[in-house]
Amino acid sequence: MIAIQLALKNILGAGWRSLLNIAVLSLAFVIILWHNGTIDGWNQQARKDTQEWEIGGGQLWHSAYDPLDPLSIQDAHAPLSADMTRLAGQGQLAPILAVQASAFPQGRMQGVLLKGIDPEQKVLKIPTEILQKNPDGALIGKRMAQALKLKTGDALLVRWRDSQGAFDALELNIAGIFDCNVPSIDAGQIWLPIERLQTMMNLPGEATLMVAASGFRPAETSPWVFQSEDVLLADLNTIIQSKKGSGAVLYGLLMIIALLAIFDTQVLSIFRRQREIGTYIALGMTRRQVIGIFTVEGSVYSILAIVLGALYGGPFLWYLAKYGWAMPTGGQDMGISISDRIYPVYGTGLVLGTIILVVIAATVVSFLPARKIARLNPTDAIKGKIQ
Amino acid sequence: METIIQIHQLSKRFPVGNGEFTALNEVNLTFDKGEFTGLVGPSGSGKTTLLNIIGSLDAPSSGEVTVLGQSIAHLTHAQSAQLRNRHLGFIFQTYNLFPVYTVFENVEFALLLQHLPAAERRKAVMEALEWVGLTDKAQSRPAQLSGGESQRVAIARAMVKKPAIVLADEPTANLDSKNSHHILQTMLRLNQELQTTFLFATHDEKVMSYLRRIISLEDGRVVKDERIAAHSFIKSNS
Repeated sequence: MIAIQLALKNILGAGWRSLLNIAVLSLAFVIILWHNGTIDGWNQQARKDTQEWEIGGGQLWHSAYDPLDPLSIQDAHAPLSADMTRLAGQGQLAPILAVQASAFPQGRMQGVLLKGIDPEQKVLKIPTEILQKNPDGALIGKRMAQALKLKTGDALLVRWRDSQGAFDALELNIAGIFDCNVPSIDAGQIWLPIERLQTMMNLPGEATLMVAASGFRPAETSPWVFQSEDVLLADLNTIIQSKKGSGAVLYGLLMIIALLAIFDTQVLSIFRRQREIGTYIALGMTRRQVIGIFTVEGSVYSILAIVLGALYGGPFLWYLAKYGWAMPTGGQDMGISISDRIYPVYGTGLVLGTIILVVIAATVVSFLPARKIARLNPTDAIKGKIQ
Repeated sequence: METIIQIHQLSKRFPVGNGEFTALNEVNLTFDKGEFTGLVGPSGSGKTTLLNIIGSLDAPSSGEVTVLGQSIAHLTHAQSAQLRNRHLGFIFQTYNLFPVYTVFENVEFALLLQHLPAAERRKAVMEALEWVGLTDKAQSRPAQLSGGESQRVAIARAMVKKPAIVLADEPTANLDSKNSHHILQTMLRLNQELQTTFLFATHDEKVMSYLRRIISLEDGRVVKDERIAAHSFIKSNS
């Protein structure tokens, strides 16, 4: 307790030098919170959107299906069992049939994926009710519309090979364009009523995969393999971890600057305050207690930095959490699920973890130079002799 | 009289280059409670070294120093810190006040280490400041004080815990004549009122005129140890 009181007095007594250290450390504190909060907010938003729009509570894949291998799609389909059909009717499963095709917008040719989905499904947020009203129409996402320069009401010629390998073609009417943050259900994809696509492919009652409703864990029966949410979100997790890693470099540098400033101040303090150190010992402090004072000074720096950071960073971080901040669209073009606005999330773990990180780091860099006190000769220190 | 410091065959050597410098050479002394004694001699005679060893800030190279029944050579860091905190007061030539603390906080410091309650500390600090006539400066910072006032704060800091022994190393070296007499009279009064033993290291003639025992050191040896009858101005002050 005495060490904290003394450390506080010494820090406040040091004036501008202390303020500068505290300001830099508080900046590091706020930036760590902001950056990690943003990544966490993006993570939560991306997971939520991906679950709502694409993966639901998990997916049952045909065993031959590999979304990264377009050639696998041709053979990755099987009829739904009676049980699965019943579950689909109850809204627990949403069967999807995927077919490779070519589209011909404005005379160009582009590879697309035709996806059949039940227009009455409620498992995913895709606005398939549009297909209910327009059973001959097709649904595309905003990115697909921009890429092919299409708008609602336009016609788009598509060509595909049916299950027997025969080429067929059809002019699709764009019945609706939906806006979502998940590029993997948008870019290069055209959504049709599943029964229509089954007819086009001559694959009645068949599907490539089935999306389970949230909280529903369907049984695995050959050839269907269940892919859990964790498996389906693995790529997103990797991206998030990678972003966190690159962010850590940024705020790590800032922390190093702040901690160097504290380290430097402490080295200078021990050099300049030798007479004070000697006097502490003469008045009855042990060397360990004096080291404690200097070490606690580092901790007090960090606590004051956190208080200062909370004062100016609190409103700033709250504003961002409430109103979000606009993100460039480049991320979506790279296939990353990212919203137009990101709302940072500052969880208890993040805030407490950051506080502990800042306090421990500042304490350690204060302790390192303070160890020199143990080797000081008090009689020389009292006279202010440089040792 | 009660003997509170015993020094037997004390020697202190410091390494210098490849050799050694003998700062104290087989010193034998005893000090009684309530003494007002000076260690005098030229620079390098060993007076400050002797004061530091008595204050357990330094250890003897050989010989035995017993302060209040405790052998300095055998004390741990914690024990010597405890001895200094409870029983010894220090006054330095350069005052050694903590610049960021107020006068009150400087004086209070020693009591903080004794974990006394705040009310008790406050009472003791104000009493100590009253002894040195600085109650009106309690909230001032050391930078706002004159040299004489700073040394009076240092005396208050040394005396606030009512130690058995006060060790003063050249306490008047940075003061003018008027301030020197003022603080010496203050210390003499406290010596008489509280029976505190004062040990000075000095070569200031003004200090010597107040001492009742003068121990002369030369090249680390005691060359003279004389007791002096009270001076007329002391009689008039007492």
